[in-house]
Amino acid sequence: MYDFDFAPVFQAWRLLAAGAWATVYISAISMALGLVFGIVLTAMRMAPVAALRSIAIGYIELIRNTPFLVQVFFIYFGMPELGLRLNAMEAAILTMTLNCSAYIAEIVRSGVESIRKGQIEAGRALGMSTPDVYRFIVFRPAIRAVYPSLCSQFILMMLNTSLVASISAQELTYAAQMIDNQTFRSFEVYFVLGAIYLILSQLFSLGLGLIGRTYFSYPTK
Amino acid sequence: MTTQNNTTIRMSAVNKWFGKMHVLRDIDLTVNKGEHLVLCGPSGSGKSTLIRCINALEEIQGGTIEVNGNQLGKKGANADHIRRDVGMVFQQFNLFPHLTVLQNCMLAPRRIHRISEAEARDKAMHFLEQVHIAEHGHKYPAQLSGGQQQRVAIARALCMGPQVMLFDEPTSALDPEMVKEVLDTMIGLADQGITMICVTHEMGFARAVAHRVIFMDRGEIIETAPPTEFFGTPRHDRTRAFLSQILNH
Ligand SMILES: Nc1ncnc2c1ncn2[C@@H]1O[C@H](COP(=O)(O)OP(=O)(O)O)[C@@H](O)[C@H]1O
Ligand SMILES: [Mg+2]
Repeated sequence: MYDFDFAPVFQAWRLLAAGAWATVYISAISMALGLVFGIVLTAMRMAPVAALRSIAIGYIELIRNTPFLVQVFFIYFGMPELGLRLNAMEAAILTMTLNCSAYIAEIVRSGVESIRKGQIEAGRALGMSTPDVYRFIVFRPAIRAVYPSLCSQFILMMLNTSLVASISAQELTYAAQMIDNQTFRSFEVYFVLGAIYLILSQLFSLGLGLIGRTYFSYPTK
Repeated sequence: MTTQNNTTIRMSAVNKWFGKMHVLRDIDLTVNKGEHLVLCGPSGSGKSTLIRCINALEEIQGGTIEVNGNQLGKKGANADHIRRDVGMVFQQFNLFPHLTVLQNCMLAPRRIHRISEAEARDKAMHFLEQVHIAEHGHKYPAQLSGGQQQRVAIARALCMGPQVMLFDEPTSALDPEMVKEVLDTMIGLADQGITMICVTHEMGFARAVAHRVIFMDRGEIIETAPPTEFFGTPRHDRTRAFLSQILNH
């Protein structure tokens, strides 16, 4: 019978805390940047210029049809050949941003498409420009319509950060691997690691829900 | 061709297709300043399309449209210019759900006329008072009844200072008990002398405010007459058939 011993894991709590913080940090920055870039992609995807649409579609398909791990390796090990030399943390954030923006773009687009044509026509009829119509009339209801999907995407992304341990970005999973190497308490280490991810995703859910309730507080029928 | 001073809208030989479907056929229509037109006709006859062409929500394939001396160009060139002179009220209200009543009325004037928040608010309050809904200024559209929403939509359009108001069946989506409050608002507007074109089957309204009633069928203007003549002695069979249908229920 295996002797459970969590003490060595808890003794390394500083490592775990630093790793958890790095995970939160990478996720939050990538979410914010990914949202902005995703919205730009959506605008390109729906633009009247065919070339912009093609670029956006090509990019989205490329990202969604290659593994995340390959993207990380490509950015971290491949790009230096072209002169883009990033440290592990920077490469992690860049890849996360590029990756999630493609998924976010698809979600935001379905939100925009869910807005009734009458809303856009009302803005036009008032003499508003197309960019103004999208910015002031379409944007908020569109994001509200897909906010639950956006949140799941964000959580998924946060969990995906564990993959950047493979380029030695010093986040939570990387910290756990180090503790495992020192203590050989694999069961305990990964059990605790899973629990921490679970707590983190609950916290993100809570935070995102709060943001949503503030930003989308207007009543609907 | 120069526009006479009292002409607000001039449509000449306007033709419109949706794909292969010919929806407007050689429409000639001149609307004078201060004139009130009521447009009626069977469903699908092209009434909505006609008024939507006036503010370039629909593109036309033939003919010309001029509003206040500005000609609407091909592919909607000049459209923004014309839309600022033309207010529109839709069957489905189309208020912006994420903005309060007041914000609904302030958005376009702030973005387009670049006026201050205070000035936009004053203007919004003025028109909200005119449609008797100022006390609901802080509410969201979902918190209002259909009739109240439609009155806000009218105020929102008025805040842009339009020369012409277009109404597309403004009471068709309302519960019967709310029709009157919206029609009364429109009658008040007509009394102030604004130019208006109204698609509606409310014949009482037509009798009360219309200078001319226009009957459309299958994309054509069939008959145009002052209301007494239009309802009393309609010339066309199709007009008579239509009138007997809508007046008999
Ligand atoms: N966006 C559109 N695409 C294709 N056909 C349309 C569109 N809008 C209207 N139509 C067609 O054009 C005709 C006139 O429509 P409409 O102007 O809405 O009629 P009305 O307002 O008199 O009921 C109808 O046959 C309708 O089906
Ligand atoms: Mg119609």
